[in-house]
Amino acid sequence: MRTFITSWCWVLLYLTIVNWAYAKTIKVCHNCDIRLIKQAVELADTGDTIIVLEGRYRESNIIIRVPDIVLIGKGRVVIDAGKENQAVVVFKSPNVTIKNLTIKNVPFNSTEELAAVNILYSNGYIIEDLIIDSTFFGILVEQSDSGIIRGCTIRSGSSIDVYEATIGNGIHLCKSNYALIENNVITNMRDGIYFEFVSNSVIRGNYSYENKRYGLHFMFSNDDVYVNNRFEGNGAGVAVMFSKNIDMHNNVFKNNWGMSAYGLLLKEIYDSEIKHNVFIRNTTGIHVEGSARIIYEENDFVENGWAVNFLGGSYDNYFYHNNFIGNTFDVAYFGRINNNRFEENYWNKYTGYDLDRDGFGDVPYRPVDLFTYMVNEIPETIVLLRSFFVQILNFAEQVVPVLTPADIYDPKPLMQKWKWSGS
Amino acid sequence: MVRFIEVCKRFGKLQVLDNVSIDVEKGIRTAILGPNGSGKTTLIKTLLGMVIPDSGDVLFKGESVIGKHKYRREIVYMPQIALFPQNLTVKELLDLIPKLRRQSARYDGLIERFGVNEFMHKKMNALSGGMRQKVNLVLAFMFDVPLIILDEPTNGLDPVAVLELKKLLREEEEKGRTIIFTSHIMDFVQQMADRIVFLLEGVVKFKGTVEEILQETDSSSLEEAVASLILKNQKVKDYA
Amino acid sequence: MLKIIGYVIKDLLRNRWTLFYLLFYLLVGFAILIFSGDFSKSTVSFLQIILILTPLIGTLFGVMYYYNSRDFIELLLAQPIRRRDVFIGQWLGVSVSLGTSLVLGLGIPFLWYFAQYEVAGDQFVLLLLLGFALGTIFTGLAMAVSVSTDNKIRGFGYALVLWLLMAVVYDGFLLLALIAFRDYPLEKFALIATVFNPIDLARITILLKLDISALMGYTGAVFREFLGSTTGMILASSVLILWMLLPFALITLIAKKRDF
Repeated sequence: MRTFITSWCWVLLYLTIVNWAYAKTIKVCHNCDIRLIKQAVELADTGDTIIVLEGRYRESNIIIRVPDIVLIGKGRVVIDAGKENQAVVVFKSPNVTIKNLTIKNVPFNSTEELAAVNILYSNGYIIEDLIIDSTFFGILVEQSDSGIIRGCTIRSGSSIDVYEATIGNGIHLCKSNYALIENNVITNMRDGIYFEFVSNSVIRGNYSYENKRYGLHFMFSNDDVYVNNRFEGNGAGVAVMFSKNIDMHNNVFKNNWGMSAYGLLLKEIYDSEIKHNVFIRNTTGIHVEGSARIIYEENDFVENGWAVNFLGGSYDNYFYHNNFIGNTFDVAYFGRINNNRFEENYWNKYTGYDLDRDGFGDVPYRPVDLFTYMVNEIPETIVLLRSFFVQILNFAEQVVPVLTPADIYDPKPLMQKWKWSGS
Repeated sequence: MVRFIEVCKRFGKLQVLDNVSIDVEKGIRTAILGPNGSGKTTLIKTLLGMVIPDSGDVLFKGESVIGKHKYRREIVYMPQIALFPQNLTVKELLDLIPKLRRQSARYDGLIERFGVNEFMHKKMNALSGGMRQKVNLVLAFMFDVPLIILDEPTNGLDPVAVLELKKLLREEEEKGRTIIFTSHIMDFVQQMADRIVFLLEGVVKFKGTVEEILQETDSSSLEEAVASLILKNQKVKDYA
Repeated sequence: MLKIIGYVIKDLLRNRWTLFYLLFYLLVGFAILIFSGDFSKSTVSFLQIILILTPLIGTLFGVMYYYNSRDFIELLLAQPIRRRDVFIGQWLGVSVSLGTSLVLGLGIPFLWYFAQYEVAGDQFVLLLLLGFALGTIFTGLAMAVSVSTDNKIRGFGYALVLWLLMAVVYDGFLLLALIAFRDYPLEKFALIATVFNPIDLARITILLKLDISALMGYTGAVFREFLGSTTGMILASSVLILWMLLPFALITLIAKKRDF
């Protein structure tokens, strides 16, 4: 985190000095001398500002090749790429700002990842207040550090049923560190936000919903933070894979339904913290696979199919002060115990008493029930969900565990819903 | 008015009615006699459609009653055992039945004659057997219908009430009503019946007037006549 | 028939048992809402009551009321009333009274709760409707059983066995079957099997509201088709309505042949 902030200070300092020294402004409009953004970009020198006035500009493949350019729209500026090529490319030009534009009609291409805005080898980019519609990829950033993407709205414009592969990702970062992704709204893309080899970055306040695959997709990206985001109704929810030191705070994971849809999928994640998140009505709240040393604290799991699903190879996961409310199944657990622990959580299914009035139930709670196993073994048995007969079996299993792991239990289940500490 | 045509009914192994054929003419009081279990009540119930004959037919006004219900508008049935919902008051019951039948009824005179007015607001389950039977009678006579069926109407009645019943039956006959009844009290039958049907083990052993039965059995009273019919039958059985 | 239904309802209104039943539901309703801590837990408890108790109470009432009013039924049969109407009238009368007790008994506590907390009422309304349907179906089945036998004890026995079969045993056998034939595709079988038990059908209907997140995790195509849309719920509830016609047919058929 500290490295992130420091690097930002340097970038800002640099920007100020450069602009003060050289700045020149180029206007683009339908009645101006310069009628195309492309022309303006070719004329621009380092540090210049291009102001595009209101209107529709039918052009594509606008390539910025000099540093410190500010490309800004005044009023409603529409760049229509006409299904020809990508719209704006920043190539090897650090500290470029692109602001207040609407970009449309970037075509699907099976060999090239065409984007509305493509940042290549250019650090310090700032992309703000763009509306991107009918695009293949939204904003594609490669090998460019220390950028900001803020307040953009991105959607593919494709109809709902289009095959996943013909739609690109909303915000896609690859090998680009120290990024800030903030307050964007992304829908109907393949992945809302996709990070590949992106470290020391922050994803904050975004709303990523109804994307075909993941609302947020993380691969090989360490030391990142994502907070205050909403992920809703995405085809497969959110996947965080092969990464470490991730902080996930105050996010909402909601209505991610489907046979392989997860509020949050953790695969090979290490040393991370999941706190103050709400998982509501997902098929699986959190799916944990091969992950270790993760702290789950003060999260709410509400009305999920499976609140937590543990697959093998996970170690030292620690659930503390979470609320489990109205989930069909609280915990599904496969594999060995491996020191995964549940302590002082609130389980609304808990039926024990608190006779000594210390706030904890007198008997441990076993969140894995027999029926969970049955459904896993023979999926069709789900038609017997909540059947009286099954309740009896579950009850018997609670009293004398035979098939369910006896070691998975919360020794001190809370009697009241846990109130989060100030966040 | 009523014709039983070769009615047969079997309950399990027991042949309750065996080829019973009877005609009941309009305006005639017919008594159905026979010892316990001879099939009297079952016969009546076939007419009411409560028991469905295995074979044969029952006609009312020339039409088969089987599977029908509207014809019962013209029949009132007073069952042997007073069958009432227990938590109704007498008045409620007397008002309920006309509603269910969708027929108007007049019971003011009747309740006075049988003294029912004294317990009109009592619940049925608070009444004695005799009181219930009186209510039963009021129910039977309060409708203006051509056929009245009474199953053991004298059961549990005090002598005053029996007298009143006899009077009532005569009046009804004068109005041209047809009446079918069963009774164990032979005096009552002798006085009240125009015709007699004698049933024994489901078989009609005799049908005709009181005089005819006395003649046929060479008896001086109906009681004697009936007894001799039963004995005769037993002999036949013994020989067989 | 309406007169008979009306009479039966009036009769049951004076019946101590109806009052008892209403009070029981009130008590249970308030107890669950007050003591279970949160609403989703209450909903699950209510679900169990609806699935197990309403059929049981319907069964008991159906049998009890039939045998207790046999005299009156005979009286009715001698009147110019269609035979079918006598029995169906009784059935519907009992069902409406029981259903009203249920709706009032659980509805009043719920309204009280609803006035204080903001919770989704639609699940609850669905629960009440299903309870009403199950009560009606089981009252009818119990009456059909009772009409077919004069022996009160036997009638009680058969009706209770029927309830036990439907409420508990059926699911046990279904589970066994699913385990035994696990190597075969069982989707359709599993779905069809629930159709033959109104309690299961009611359960599936409410699951579609309560546990849709979990059901969507199921892999099979037929299942997803059925469960993943409102079609499933419409289908399940219409089959449930068909189930309500079964006692009607049974009672009519049995009553037609019976002697009284």
